[in-house]
Formats: sequence, C-alpha cells, structure tokens
Amino acid sequence: MSKVATDRSIDRSKMKVSDKVAIEINGMNKWYGSFHVLRDINLTVNEGERIVIAGPSGSGKSTLIRCINRLEEHQKGQIIVDGTELTSDLKNIDKIRSEVGMCFQHFNLFPHLTILENCTLAPIWVRKMPKKDAEEIAMHFLKKVKIPEQADKYPGQLSGGQQQRVAIARSLCMQPRIMLFDEPTSALDPEMIKEVLDTMIELAEEGMTMLCVTHEMGFARQVANRVIFMAEGQVIEQNEPEEFFNNPKSERTRQFLDQILGH
Amino acid sequence: MSNQTAYVRREDAPLLPPPASEQGIMGWLWQNVLSSMANFGSLSAAIVSLLMIFLTFVFGFVLVWMTWKFVDFTILSAVWSDPENLGGAICSVEGVGACWPYIKKWFYGIMVGNEYPREQVWRVYTIYALLAAGITWLIVEGLPWKKYVGLFMLTIFPILTFVFLNGSPIDDGESFNIGSTWVPLAIGGVLIGLGLFGRNGSMGAVVEAFSPALLVLSFVFIAYGIIPLFAGAIDSAFGFEVVRTSKWGGLLVTLVVAITGIIVSLPLGILLALGRQSNAPLIKWVCVIFIEVVRGIPLISVLFFASVMLQYFLPSDIDFNKLLRALIGVALFASAYMAEVIRGGLQAMPKGQYEGGMSVGLSYWQQMRLIILPQALTTVIPGIVNTFIGLFKDTTLVMIISIFDVLGIIQFKAGKDILWYSPVTGPTGYVFAALLFWVFCFGMSRYSLHMERKLHRGHR
Repeated sequence: MSKVATDRSIDRSKMKVSDKVAIEINGMNKWYGSFHVLRDINLTVNEGERIVIAGPSGSGKSTLIRCINRLEEHQKGQIIVDGTELTSDLKNIDKIRSEVGMCFQHFNLFPHLTILENCTLAPIWVRKMPKKDAEEIAMHFLKKVKIPEQADKYPGQLSGGQQQRVAIARSLCMQPRIMLFDEPTSALDPEMIKEVLDTMIELAEEGMTMLCVTHEMGFARQVANRVIFMAEGQVIEQNEPEEFFNNPKSERTRQFLDQILGH
Repeated sequence: MSNQTAYVRREDAPLLPPPASEQGIMGWLWQNVLSSMANFGSLSAAIVSLLMIFLTFVFGFVLVWMTWKFVDFTILSAVWSDPENLGGAICSVEGVGACWPYIKKWFYGIMVGNEYPREQVWRVYTIYALLAAGITWLIVEGLPWKKYVGLFMLTIFPILTFVFLNGSPIDDGESFNIGSTWVPLAIGGVLIGLGLFGRNGSMGAVVEAFSPALLVLSFVFIAYGIIPLFAGAIDSAFGFEVVRTSKWGGLLVTLVVAITGIIVSLPLGILLALGRQSNAPLIKWVCVIFIEVVRGIPLISVLFFASVMLQYFLPSDIDFNKLLRALIGVALFASAYMAEVIRGGLQAMPKGQYEGGMSVGLSYWQQMRLIILPQALTTVIPGIVNTFIGLFKDTTLVMIISIFDVLGIIQFKAGKDILWYSPVTGPTGYVFAALLFWVFCFGMSRYSLHMERKLHRGHR
C-alpha cells in the first residue's frame, strides 16, 4: 500500500473546519437481529471536516456511515444530520438523503441510463429541476471529475475508475453538504485508485464535509483531519492523522496499523 | 524448449487457410450435423456414432414425411373452391385434403361470431383496422408521436371500441343510470384529495407512503365514472344500435378477452409483485393471498366462478354481463401469473440499485419507476411474453361458459353445420384455428425478441 495518495502538493487553505455541527451522533446502537453491530457510538462532525474511518473488516464502519443516510436503521440513540433528526419520518429521511451524497464500493450506477442521465435523474425528480438546467449542472460536475466526453455512454462501457468518478459526479449533482464514501477504491484496480483519490482530494480542497471508510492510509495522512479507528462495533480511538499513525494509543490500533502498513 | 525461460519471436507466425472442416458444404455438414456424433476412434464410440447417424436419418425422414403430409393436406389435395354450392358434399370425396370453401363460408363467423348482425359488422372491422393501425404505428421504429398514439390507444381507443362494438354504455340498452357515474366520481375525488394533500405528509406517514397508489386508484374510479359519460356522448353522436355481447364471437371475443387481459395484467401484476415485496404486512399478505389463491385454481374454475358463483355473492339486482365477468376472471388470473414473473425480475435486481436510488434521495415510487422496474421488466421480457402468449391461448377456455371464441365457433357452430358435414371439415377447422393462433403468438414472440435486443443494446 502506497504511503501517499498523491504526489502533488495539497492545498489545505480551504480545508477549514467550521464550528457548525454537520452531523451529531449520540449514544447510537444498532443490532442485526441479536448481533450488536454498533455499540454506543458518539461522534460529532463539524462542517468542513474530512474524517477517515478505518478498522478491520466487520468492525461496523460501513454500517456506521450507512446509518447516517438511513440506508440502515439504528435502534437506539440519536443521529442528527444538518439539524434534522433521523427518525422513521419519511420526510426527514428524504430531506437528509438529498443533502448527503454517497459513493459505494460497487458504484451502484444505473446501468440502463447513460452517464448524463445517471447524473440528471435525481436533480430532475427530487429537486424538480428543468432538464436543461440539470444537464448543465451534470456536465459541470462531469468536467470536474474529468470525464465530460463519456456523457452519452452507458456505465457498462466505462472502466471501474471512471464509473466511480461518475458516481461521485452523480452525488455532487444534488449539491450535497456532506459526502459519505463507503470504500470507494476497494473494488478498483491499483492504477485506477489514484484517479478516484485525486477526485476526492479535489473535493476536500473545496471544503466538502467528508466521511470516508477506506483502507487508503495515504489519503488519511494527507487529507483527513481526523482518523477514527473502529473495532467490534465501537470507536476505539480517534485522533489527528499524525498522532494516529505515529503514536497510536491503543494496542488494537497498533496491531491494525502494523498489519496494514506492514511496519 | 522446456527449460528455456527467455524467448523473443523473430518472425511472425504464418497466416494459414482454415482446415476443410471450417469451410464448404462438407465443413457445414461436419460442423452442424456430424461433428457431435462421428467418432470412430474406438469400437464402442463407432457403435454409438453409427446409432446416432441412423437416428438422425430416421428423425429426418419422419420430419420430411410429416411436412409433406401437412403441405399435401393443406395445399396440394385441398379443395379450394365450391362453384356449384355443393357444401359438405364437395369435400366428402375420398382422399381430399382441407376443405377451404367451408372456412370461407364460415369466415364471417370466425372473425366476429355468426350471430353478429351483418349490417353492423363494419363497426367491428373499423375497430380491427384502428387496432392494427395503432399497433403497427407503435411497433414500427422511427414513426413520430408514439407517445400520443400510445396514449390514444390506452384511453380513447378502448372507449371507442366499447361504443363501436357494443353500441351503448349499458349492455341491455337501458337508459343511462346517473348514479353509476356520480358514485365512482365522488370516490375518485376523495381519493385524489387524499393523494394530493397527503403527499407532503400532512396526513401522516401512511397516507404519504400510499399517495401514488391512491392517485392511481382515483384515476381508475374517475375513469370508471367518466367513461360511460364519454361513451354516452359518442354513442348519441353516432346513434349505434346495440349489439349484445351474447351475439359476439370468434376472433372478436378472442381479441377482446386477450387484449383486455394483457393490458390489465401487466400493471396489476407489477402492483401485486411490488406489494408482495412490501414491508407493510397488510399489503404484503393481501398480495400473497391473492396470488397464491388465483394461481392455485385452474382458469376453468375461475371462469365458472365468474359466470355462475358470482351471482350468489353479489346483490341480486347487480347483473354483470357474462363477457365482462369472463374478462375480469381472465385478467385477474393473468395478473397473478404476471406478478410472479415480475417478482422474478425484481429479485434479480442487485441491492445496490435500490441503495443507489435511495442515496440520491429518490422516493420509493421514483426508485421503482425510474430504476428498478425498467431494468427488472427488461430482464423478464421472455417471461412476460410467455404469460401473454399463454393468456392469448387460454382465452379459448371461455367456451365452457358458452362464450364462443375462435375455437368455440369452429367447434360448436361451424363444426355442427350440417350443410358442411364431411370427414375433413373437422380437421380443416382445427388446422385453421391453429394457424390463426400461431400467427398471433408467433408475432408476439418475434416482437419480444426484437424488444429484448433493442433494450439490451445500451448496457450489456
């Protein structure tokens, strides 16, 4: 695993963390049947934060971020996104989902729609935007992720890295305030990981609030302002990346870092 | 070579012509007939090969012989004309084939039913022509205004059909009953109100979640109320004489039952399939029970139920038309099958597609309409068309409640015509019925293959 996500210098000037709270999770618990997957999660994310969530597989990190836009339901505790509490109220769920973008490990693009249609679908149907405006915005974001020339192709005709960048563009078209990334590079060939990470870094440079579940420790070092280590459904340790990597406090964190960084 | 680890090719390998087995007549024979069976490498393989070659020739011979017999019966030995009006006698000669003058004589009956009044039959043929034109317009690629033609075929055409075929909004030609308009309109209005105002959640989550379904239902009620009004208007403009459905028959009945079944069963099947996957237990169980009950009963029982039993359950002053009852029976029956076919398509959808839709904020109905159903339905086109074809052929069963479709007319009307009594009339009728059904079913089958290719073009 490379130690850096990018060779270029990163502009941290815009990556400012504001005092405004974007996400607040209080005493959240979740069970799958009788299996306690998330145990007493407390987490506050301010606007502009770039948080990397790391941990061994099965530690509940994906489940945690999937709870934030209610792809999974939590049973106990509170999740407040942008001042709106997630309950079973459908209206709140729809509101939060339209303001929180998400990228998946397997992209989850819509294979029967072109790239452009993938990007304009939600703005047209959820934001009730005229088709022309939606297409303008979609092209803007497709340019941003550097694939405007693929707009009329279908997802199946693109490489994995390109598909993931389309997925990012699709989320951005809803102009979200928060982006969730669920192992966005885990299903990609090594040479495609970089192009996706570059896109994510650019996003961070523009001040997007980001929560990333990822094994890219280079990205965590260079971009994150906080790294959260989870194991067995609990937050074991969180710290600034420098401290987290160089001076891990918990034995489990140390073991994990040894395994994935191989030192 | 074996221990050589470094290798550089210095000359291109030569391009060679293909071996004999890849070209020419022998190549074709080898690839398509013999390659799978000719293997003389060992004694046992040779015996198996010889046996297979022998069987190939036997089956080939049977096939050719049957084809020949069929062509002989239908064309070569067939009786083509009856210039002296001899009727059955002309076909009673030893060794003749199909008796086509008999079909010609009964063609009218097979097309619209022998009791349909002849001076009114232009109405049926107008509808046939409109139907053929509409369908052709919709399936020929590159024609403009498909959306409007489709809308016309689904809204105005059925009303026109009803008025043209039947002649009056009410089967018995009774004066128009105003109550039957205002009651469904009022129910429709209430449902629209609930659907529209409940959509933003002001009436609670349940009303909100079902608001699209409420709107769809309200349209059904409003259509049910308004159609007779429209139909009445059209009818009084044309002033058609009533032709009772008991006089309908032949292809007319087959097409009315089959097309209604097809048009109703697809949307109803979709709703049932979605309902069966619903998280709301009540909806889920209603759908499961409906599907399992209907699917577990033979169509003949459903038709008997619709024609005989229903009267015991309904108030005695409600007298449903028999054809209408058969229509409802066939449509509900096909819906149950359709629901299971579509459920197969829904289950083939990866969970990620739902999540992709959810994550960008699409509501449940938007996810279904824009993401899940377009893909799921494309996946199960073969199954859907299979159900359509089955439904088309199942319409012949309406003959057991004495509604005479194509086969019914041929069996019970034409076949009982003493003027045309001859040894070959029966077979001729069945061959003609088979050809007629085959043409429609084969048409559907080809069109479905075309649709599959077209829809899969982009993303496979």
